[in-house]
Amino acid sequence: MIEARFRITRGTFILDVDLQMPSQGITALYGPSGSGKTTLLRAMAGLDRLTDGYLKVGEALWQNAHYFLPPHLRDVGYVFQETTLFPHLTVRKNLEYGFKRVPVNERRISFDQAVDLFDLEALLHRSPRHLSGGERQRVAIARAVLTSPRLLLMDEPLAALDLKRKREIFPFFEQMNETLEIPVLYVSHDPNEVARLADYMILLNAGRLQASGEIRDMLTRIDLPLAHDHDAGTIIEARVSAYDPRYHLAELEFIGGIFTVARQALPLGKKVRVRVLARDVSLTLERQSDTSILNIFPAIVEARSDAEHGQTMVHLNAGGASLLARLTQKSVEALGLSPGKKVYAQIKSVALLE
Amino acid sequence: MDISALWLTLKLAGLSTFILLLIGTPLAWWLARTHTRLKVIIDAAVALPLVLPPTVIGFYFLVALGSKGWIGGVLERLGGRPLAFTFSGLVMGSVFYSLPFVVGPLKDAFSAIGRRPLEVASTLRARPFDRFLTVALPMARHGYLTAAVLGFAHTVGEFGVVLMIGGNIPGETQVLSIAIYDHVEALQYDQAHWLSAALLLVSFLLLLVVYGMKHRRKKEAFR
Repeated sequence: MIEARFRITRGTFILDVDLQMPSQGITALYGPSGSGKTTLLRAMAGLDRLTDGYLKVGEALWQNAHYFLPPHLRDVGYVFQETTLFPHLTVRKNLEYGFKRVPVNERRISFDQAVDLFDLEALLHRSPRHLSGGERQRVAIARAVLTSPRLLLMDEPLAALDLKRKREIFPFFEQMNETLEIPVLYVSHDPNEVARLADYMILLNAGRLQASGEIRDMLTRIDLPLAHDHDAGTIIEARVSAYDPRYHLAELEFIGGIFTVARQALPLGKKVRVRVLARDVSLTLERQSDTSILNIFPAIVEARSDAEHGQTMVHLNAGGASLLARLTQKSVEALGLSPGKKVYAQIKSVALLE
Repeated sequence: MDISALWLTLKLAGLSTFILLLIGTPLAWWLARTHTRLKVIIDAAVALPLVLPPTVIGFYFLVALGSKGWIGGVLERLGGRPLAFTFSGLVMGSVFYSLPFVVGPLKDAFSAIGRRPLEVASTLRARPFDRFLTVALPMARHGYLTAAVLGFAHTVGEFGVVLMIGGNIPGETQVLSIAIYDHVEALQYDQAHWLSAALLLVSFLLLLVVYGMKHRRKKEAFR
């Protein structure tokens, strides 16, 4: 468990947070720009010394009112938004910079392991100047990981990359997450990125902690702004259970049933994350048979938000999986949707996150 | 006579440059990173030699280094001899006189690095002095070359300060610029021509190195 409490006033901006995050997996620190995400991250790394702060990572106290560990004595890794590779060193020397400064008996990852994990073998002798943006961030992440941190802080590390380059990097995060067991606090204001990567989420707004919890719950909580975004939706963990080559359809088994998705062949048994957008879900009271929609699941209404501009967000439980449906106020009243009501959710499209 | 003046000039410029880089490094580092009000005063003091007539600097040094001055007096009481009209005196004057030419480029180089690379180094477990040696110094290496060349060239070219502090003692304080002056006084224009042309050429070559480097770095920055 990582516990952090920080308070600072800078002009009109006040940061006042008290948060806990799990010591494993990727935790997204999410919020609009100006909500204090970077300020909080810098404070946690010790780059800015906030007098009113408390930070404990596992058993190690990093700071409190009377004690302050400077950044070079914290077991912290930090990946900045922009390129920060040392221009006067080769990729290899960049990677070795932090690695060499960690005592041998405190190293939990070997040099070769990091090079393999981030596929850097071919880049080792190059100068950072001759790398693409995506390659640079891969090196920067590997360099931070090589210090065997107890906490890895990432400040929008992919913000400078386009979607295609981001997609190239995502698999490295997943491998890192599975192999290394380093807790990651990941700043982002991109809901797709968060949905793709994070397990846990901390929501920051105007310098204050708005909510925190498992990513699935956070995305569907209709009291939070996330569920009211145009792209609001839920994330569901699933496993590839079958593939029908004739129709190019994959079957993805999840807790509430089986999704049928038009896809190229996927390896059986592969774990995937799918995203269902609230605007792609419609509800009926009877199961429809004459329909082109493949994915229909029985569900129970858990909650519904107040109407806003004639739109209502309905939170459903489909056999244990959360779904959101954005409906018009008129439909909600016509179907008499209130908590406990049994319905059928028709899902127009299911996006595989990759 | 000209050979010993040439040797003395190189020795003076070399030694002064070395001392200047030693003193200039912490001074420039501090000036590049501090925000105190004292910085303005120090900045102005370092820039003084740019505007003061060299004779004024030379005059104050002469007074200070003599047996009644506060530097010379202290040295005499400690059993040394006053520094006026000595090579050591010349070195002290040169160091002060060329200080802005060394501190300026170093300060610019340190400022250009910014805080970020040092912050990165600190999250990679490097202690403050370690960060300075392994990140700040190598990233400021162009600034060091510029500072060394300018400091050296400027010391080679000084006249007024040397004349005031050192006088004109062959082998001890008679540098090239003063030898040229002597030749002109004695109407030996041929020798004056040779030495002047040599100084001109050397100075031009040194500046060529500095500007050539700046040009190359700009081109790299746009890649």
